[in-house]
Amino acid sequence: MRTTEIISLLPYQKPFLFVDGIDSISEDAVTGHYTFKENEPFYEGHFKDNPITPGVILTECMAQIGLVCLGIYLLKDELKDSVKPQIALTSHQMDFYLPVLPKEKVVVISEKEVFRFNKLKCKVKMLNQNNELVCRGTISGMLKV
Amino acid sequence: MTKDELITKLKAIIAPYVQDEEAFKKLSEDTDFVKDLKINSANLVDIILDIEDEFDIRLENEDMEKMLDVKSAMAIVNAKLEA
Repeated sequence: MRTTEIISLLPYQKPFLFVDGIDSISEDAVTGHYTFKENEPFYEGHFKDNPITPGVILTECMAQIGLVCLGIYLLKDELKDSVKPQIALTSHQMDFYLPVLPKEKVVVISEKEVFRFNKLKCKVKMLNQNNELVCRGTISGMLKV
Repeated sequence: MTKDELITKLKAIIAPYVQDEEAFKKLSEDTDFVKDLKINSANLVDIILDIEDEFDIRLENEDMEKMLDVKSAMAIVNAKLEA
């Protein structure tokens, strides 16, 4: 399965798609990236005159790359043109270390912990351009075709 | 393992995932995981995985589908332990 194909199967679009590309993917792990654009709509309010990427958006970016892209890859044999995966975020635990500013590129690295009975649980981390840890934690979701 | 021992073990596994504490206090063999305890589907998977670890058994998709209440969980665990 090609990585562009995975991105085209994602059920998101602007302004809520936080995946630019997938750098590597396997049954056990995925690495992907996203660059926060200067004009993302949430910068207008978070914060007043001081744009910083909200933690929930960082979590969303990690979930889209780390859980949903990996999940689509894991379900690749069951997916067909007409059949889209059903997804739901079920829990996450996240620790944040550094802020992410507009125009910053982040890399998300996710390792599968368990994928059974439609539940995918991953250990995820996000790095900034300087390879510094931005946040890390675990994210779980239910995925089925 | 007696019935009471098994229920006690299951209760300890289920406890962290329960949303309806009142229903949990009144737990019986007929207690339904989703309808009574309001456990979500992801936590139901967690319970299955915890049951596997606790009893050192392996559960399959069909077991998962049958495991709707305390009674069926007990039956499946017992069947696996005897197998």
